[in-house]
Amino acid sequence: MRHGARLRLRVLLLILAATAGLAESAVAEPLVAAPLGAEWPPAGQVRAPAETTGAAWGRLWRLQDYNTRIVLLGTGLLGLASGIIGSFTLLRKRALMGDALSHAMLPGIALAFLLAVSGGYSGRSLPLLLAGAAGSGLLGMVVILLIRHGTRLHEDTALGIVLGVFFGAGVALLGVVQQMPAGHAAGLEDFLFGKTASLVARDAWLIGAAGAASTLICLLLFKELRLLSFDDQYARAKGLPVVALDVLLIGLVVLVTIVGLQAVGVVLMIALLIIPAAAARFWTERMDWMTGWAAGMGGLSSLTGAGLSAVYPGLPSGATIVLVASVLFFASMLLAPARGVVSRGLRRRRLTRVLIRQHVLRALYAASEAFGEAATGPSRSAAGDGSAGASAVAFTTLLAARSWSARDLRRELKRAQRAGFVARRPDAAWSLTPAGWKCAARLAREHRLWELYLLTYAEVAAGRVDHGAAMIEDVLDPQTLQRLEAMLADELKQQSADSGRLDSGGGAAPQTDSHAEGEARA
Amino acid sequence: MSGIAGWNWQLDGWIVVAGVLCAVAAALPGNFLVLRKMSMLGDGISHGVLPGLAAAFFLTGSRSSLPMFLGAVLFGLLTAVMTQWIRDFGHVDEGAALGVTFTALFALGLVMIVRAADRVQLDPGCVLYGAIELTPLDRWTLAGWEIPRVVVVLSVVLLLNLVFVSLLYKELKLSSFDPALATASGFHAGMLHYLLMVVVAVTAVASFESVGNILVVAMLIVPPATAALLTDRLGRMIVASAVLAALSAVLGHLGALVVPVWFGYRSTTTSGMMAFAAGLLFLLAALFAPRYGWLARAVRQHQGAWRILAEDLLAVLYRWDERRPGQSVSREQLQKQLLSGPLASRVVLIWQRFRGRIRPVPGGWRLTDHGSRCGRELVRSHRLWEQYLVSAAGVPVDRLHEEAERLEHFTGEALRQRLGQATNAPRRDPHGTPIPPEN
Repeated sequence: MRHGARLRLRVLLLILAATAGLAESAVAEPLVAAPLGAEWPPAGQVRAPAETTGAAWGRLWRLQDYNTRIVLLGTGLLGLASGIIGSFTLLRKRALMGDALSHAMLPGIALAFLLAVSGGYSGRSLPLLLAGAAGSGLLGMVVILLIRHGTRLHEDTALGIVLGVFFGAGVALLGVVQQMPAGHAAGLEDFLFGKTASLVARDAWLIGAAGAASTLICLLLFKELRLLSFDDQYARAKGLPVVALDVLLIGLVVLVTIVGLQAVGVVLMIALLIIPAAAARFWTERMDWMTGWAAGMGGLSSLTGAGLSAVYPGLPSGATIVLVASVLFFASMLLAPARGVVSRGLRRRRLTRVLIRQHVLRALYAASEAFGEAATGPSRSAAGDGSAGASAVAFTTLLAARSWSARDLRRELKRAQRAGFVARRPDAAWSLTPAGWKCAARLAREHRLWELYLLTYAEVAAGRVDHGAAMIEDVLDPQTLQRLEAMLADELKQQSADSGRLDSGGGAAPQTDSHAEGEARA
Repeated sequence: MSGIAGWNWQLDGWIVVAGVLCAVAAALPGNFLVLRKMSMLGDGISHGVLPGLAAAFFLTGSRSSLPMFLGAVLFGLLTAVMTQWIRDFGHVDEGAALGVTFTALFALGLVMIVRAADRVQLDPGCVLYGAIELTPLDRWTLAGWEIPRVVVVLSVVLLLNLVFVSLLYKELKLSSFDPALATASGFHAGMLHYLLMVVVAVTAVASFESVGNILVVAMLIVPPATAALLTDRLGRMIVASAVLAALSAVLGHLGALVVPVWFGYRSTTTSGMMAFAAGLLFLLAALFAPRYGWLARAVRQHQGAWRILAEDLLAVLYRWDERRPGQSVSREQLQKQLLSGPLASRVVLIWQRFRGRIRPVPGGWRLTDHGSRCGRELVRSHRLWEQYLVSAAGVPVDRLHEEAERLEHFTGEALRQRLGQATNAPRRDPHGTPIPPEN
């Protein structure tokens, strides 16, 4: 155990060192290419369509274009990594952290530029700008955590404050930067808003390195991060360095945001951190699967979006990636089997139907009981044409038995009739068929046993009553069941002796019905 | 004012007026965003309105203000509604729902705008985002007065927000703190929520168009958050947030004019500095707010420790007096007895002298009469507790002192009396030391 942890730590350090080296070599040369579209892309910079769409698709599939290959590789890796990181931040309820931090980077970038220029260096130096961005992003993170833990304000307010104030400071600093000689400021404009619509190999390598490193870190620390995301109190109790893990997670967000800024722009980078993870959440209840889904969807939407924009030059690639991801999100939200809107709606409908069927059968049974048939069963109805004799109940009686609408009741009676549980007599009264009687008797017995159980062993019940438990035998142990049976028999005996009070005690008294039901299901 | 280089009442006066109007108009509904944990909505709306602008442009083919304004409000509202919808139907965390909504809408708008750019130059930067510095240039003549258009627009928005907040104050308050109770008491909390969203969207879009987005995104949240640190009452919080918003607008413009000059530049972006000034005011409140500030809480945390140290000083002096009557005690001896640092012992000595409980004598300190009474109470409490702990609670003798040391500071005369009764009014404590009588 200890050994494994130490090994993982060593691997982690190796990865970090390698990334730092790779990133350094990748950014050592001057900035050549810039983002595909940023916060506000300058209008009118669209590549002219040079070939037909069909030919473009062909070129895309065969990956003939060097440029396309690079773009697909870079954005695909970015989508993959941000999907993985996003699923942790989503479960930690920090989805908008990326939004706040990416805005918080602006003053750092502007300040780095100002300092570099007034120090006599080139303001276009990418490592310097990245360092500025990372510095003020991390400061923003510290401020968010301080506000959240040190004041009475909530996390969302902390995010809003940091976003507004840091971005304001950045705008003010940019106002100063714009007064510098034009040649100096151009590099910053490139960095922030982008001038060309393509990635070059170096950018792809940078994104690839950062993406691969953050993916690996997440995989190595999967267990710890999972615990942090679900229950940080428990993680703290288990002795995990919660603050360090939190900082690491937010640091990863800052890392991919910075490299993604280069590829897809600020807002669209935020989208990649949120949308795939939120979409993945609909498909599964397991963290490891969710991470996989999020990575897959992030990668898929990046590849599809970048591919589409390579084929249709009128589509800006960053925005297209996000649109593809949003389509995936809404499709998941509607159609996913585990938590999708449609499947949850269907499940609820089924449950409602089961419940109203049970209520109808029990109401019919209770009403028939009033005629004194409970002990004997529907002897006359079995002989006749399937409809009971004296045990038939008028519709109005049934309607008064519960607080249900006439429409619901009529619809359910028809449905039960089709299923062969009830029959309708010529005088419009309803009765139970033999099959219905059997089922209703079982339901009534279970219901009354539950009522008794809750009354007698109430403090035990809360913990042991299961939502979906249909059969009382599945939940209660045989001894308890026997005791309850005996009690029920006693009460029935007493009731038959005291025949004037039909709906007292263990009988299915309509007034107490819904109340007991609610208790049993809660 | 004349001390500031380049201050011009005709220009800077109107800029400050526009800034104050926008800041106050945003801060009013912002209070409820902070209370409802929807602080990021302003930022979301500022990105989500993009397709509305593009659609208005597609439909009308012009860049006139009204269709753009309507389109933007519509999509601002859609941002809020879709967030709600995704949260409720998809069971998605509120922040993530907002993130999905506004980034998706923003991407959609981006695509629409790039498509439009094939035909005509449409730069959202200049369509949507006005600059507060340009306020004085575009003027309307109203009843013989020349007033900047922006000031008129923002005044209307501010008036609307004032009416909204004051008319629906009770309902907003109830539904922010307890939506279920609000619904139960007869008005629709959901409706009110959407009404608030409309107000926020209109305020945000009107401000984007006139003074830029950063100002309203910051002013929706920062002044109300600052006010929340200053007071517990919603009414006062709203008033305080409005005052703070106005103050940060004024300070921000002054800062934009003055601060860059210190470093050899000309003035910088006013709206950015206004947001930054609001941040500085928040920092001040977070540090020095009377009740929830860092300083006040630090003092409160240490207050108990200081009180106990000051009381222990009296008890030590009283015991010293018991054993060696008439002798004074030096500070070093006291320090050793109290197990405290030199600074802390000096502070409590000065404090107790100020309260008139001890007086300096040659070679150290002695209790005054008043101090002696206080010390006797403490020592009496201590020894009664020891007696009680032995006789009634069965605490082992070696642990008595620590327990009594803790309890003596929270024991009043009434409790001492009952302790005396419970232990049959003992003369001596378990260590054999006499228990002093009540004063």
